Amino acid sequence: MSITSPMQTADGALSNNPIPLEKDALLAAYRTMRTIRDFEERLHVEFAKGDIPGFVHLYAGEEACATGIMMHLTDSDRIASTHRGHGHCIAKGVDVEEMMAEIYGKSSGSCRGKGGSMHIADLSKGMMGANGILGAGAPLICGAALAAKCRGDGGVGITFFGDGAANQGTVLESMNLAAVWNLPVIFVLENNGYAEATSVTYATGVDNFLDRAHGFGLPGVSVDGTDFFAVHKAAGELIAKARAGGGPALLECKMVRFYGHFEGDSQTYKAKGENDFNRLNRDCLKIFADRVTAAGIVSDAEIALMDREVANLIDDAVSSAKSAPQPTPQELTSDVYVSY
Amino acid sequence: MSRTLSFKLAINEALDLEMRRDPSVILLGEDIVGGSGSPGEMDAWGGVLGVTKGLYGKHGNRLMDTPLSESAYIGAAIGAAACGMRPVAELMFLDFMGVCFDQILNQAAKFRYMFGGKAKTPVVIRAMVGAGFRAAAQHSQMLTPMFTHVPGLKVVCPSNAYDAKGLLIQSIRDDDPVIFCEHKNLYASEADVPAEPYAIPFGEANVVRDGRDVTIVSYGLTVHRALEAAQTLSKRSGIEAEVIDLRTLSPIDWDTVIESVENTGRLVVVDEANPRCSIATDVAAYVAQQAFGALKAAPQMVTAPHTPVPFSPALEDLYIPSADAIAAAVLKTHPQALAA
Ligand SMILES: Cc1ncc(C[n+]2csc(CCOP(=O)(O)OP(=O)(O)O)c2C)c(N)n1
Ligand SMILES: [Mg+2]
Repeated sequence: MSITSPMQTADGALSNNPIPLEKDALLAAYRTMRTIRDFEERLHVEFAKGDIPGFVHLYAGEEACATGIMMHLTDSDRIASTHRGHGHCIAKGVDVEEMMAEIYGKSSGSCRGKGGSMHIADLSKGMMGANGILGAGAPLICGAALAAKCRGDGGVGITFFGDGAANQGTVLESMNLAAVWNLPVIFVLENNGYAEATSVTYATGVDNFLDRAHGFGLPGVSVDGTDFFAVHKAAGELIAKARAGGGPALLECKMVRFYGHFEGDSQTYKAKGENDFNRLNRDCLKIFADRVTAAGIVSDAEIALMDREVANLIDDAVSSAKSAPQPTPQELTSDVYVSY
Repeated sequence: MSRTLSFKLAINEALDLEMRRDPSVILLGEDIVGGSGSPGEMDAWGGVLGVTKGLYGKHGNRLMDTPLSESAYIGAAIGAAACGMRPVAELMFLDFMGVCFDQILNQAAKFRYMFGGKAKTPVVIRAMVGAGFRAAAQHSQMLTPMFTHVPGLKVVCPSNAYDAKGLLIQSIRDDDPVIFCEHKNLYASEADVPAEPYAIPFGEANVVRDGRDVTIVSYGLTVHRALEAAQTLSKRSGIEAEVIDLRTLSPIDWDTVIESVENTGRLVVVDEANPRCSIATDVAAYVAQQAFGALKAAPQMVTAPHTPVPFSPALEDLYIPSADAIAAAVLKTHPQALAA
């Protein structure tokens, strides 16, 4: 997806406008967030039926972050995602039917069923892969940014990582590397308060992640990741600066994870009522819809129509994934340079 | 007293007993308590698949959740071991060894030799191995050969609950670094396990089935596949296979293997690792060199293919050596049975 937004210029001209985006862009943003939400909610249901193999980490609750950032990117900008990657994929324009088929392990999947939920990739969309190894995307995206810099094409690289993965050496080394090479990289820290069952406060020595960015010589911005507009604005400014040669930055998005770490997680480490509270008060989709309808820019009917369209899209994706053929046995040994 | 216990609980019990016996035993790893700093239940997880569940209640702060920083905490376990502690560090999935390999390869493995015999490093690194869990390419590898290759490391891979307990106790008491590999698809398997502590010495293979016609050598999950194949062969072809469970890959019990091949004259090695430079090639080469005169047929190897582990269940089921493939390999060592 590539949507031109007035906020791409860092001049702040529109920052006093309560809805600083054109209607088309607002509708596109809503559609992306709704698609991610429905995709994840549906996976939750299908997983419980036992239809979906493996580890599935849902992005529900965090949609505003991926969406607000990705709206500033084109296919030639690169992102490196995480184990919780469905939202990044959808917002970067990866085909939803192919994603669903991948999660079902089918031959029509994004990676022909060989990768699964944790490894969805579409290089043609600049999506360098979800990742099963925490922190692995940060060095890779430094490479993507280096390539863009060598070619002088104005491309940027975005690496996503959680509050837990923020403690990987690869992430910290990459921040320094990006700083010393002045690479067009945005380090996006998705802080949902938990790494598996462990709290961010237990696992992190600093109270404020921005201190880390500053320690590496990087500017840092922290936003409410449930507020699409806050993410969109901050990301737009940092990305525009990086494109123009202004170097890397850290963007922290504080957000909430509606489900468990992975499907099947009993979540007893959470506070009682925490999920309900978040659904009620920190639902980025609801916050967005309330704001744009209250401002009279998007109508309830338009929202309802889009909800129906997205519901159909997800229905179709699930039924086509279920009926898609399994990979053939030959696929087992294809795509390696040599077979023994 | 002996009772039926799962592989998972046998490991839990071994850790519990050794912690009681020796105050220098400490446990560290990601979410091995699970819930640290979080508002809900502490000990919510007890490890990603619940292997250490309940130990926090018994041993408190001798279990430590770690930040998601494998280089730092695996390295810290090694350093503490070199200073008189007996840490058992959990790496979750052996695949994550990629993140912290220097601490193992260049530090732990070399201390004793490089420091002229003056250092000992009694660290245990526990990690899950193996395919079949739909966990995809970065959470499923059987990397046992990589560690077996390195002088200074001991490598253990039990096939059943009884061995898991005895070998883990031995690993903790051992003065060298031990890579303790737990096949995730064995956690639910049950065996008679004595309640008392007992140690199984390293380098003692287990002959799990007697036979005169062929020697099948394996370890871990595929021991069960080998036994299945042996039963089928006995019924269908009258071939009696001797099945050897190596239990430890370094040190390895060559004597038991050679003695068996000298009786049977035939060898099939079954290894869930990739084929090149594997446990299979290692055993086949050693037998060819040491027992060439006894061999009546070329040694056969049954391994995973030379590919990463595929996600799709349809492909993953073809990945792990099957009982059928093992039986077919045995028949190759019996051309007359094949002809019949
Ligand atoms: C190198 C590595 N270590 C551990 C894991 C296991 N693991 C997967 S996700 C996860 C928690 C990640 O937490 P965070 O970075 O905060 O992301 P979130 O899940 O909250 O989105 C862990 C420990 C892994 N996949 N890779
Ligand atoms: Mg997190």
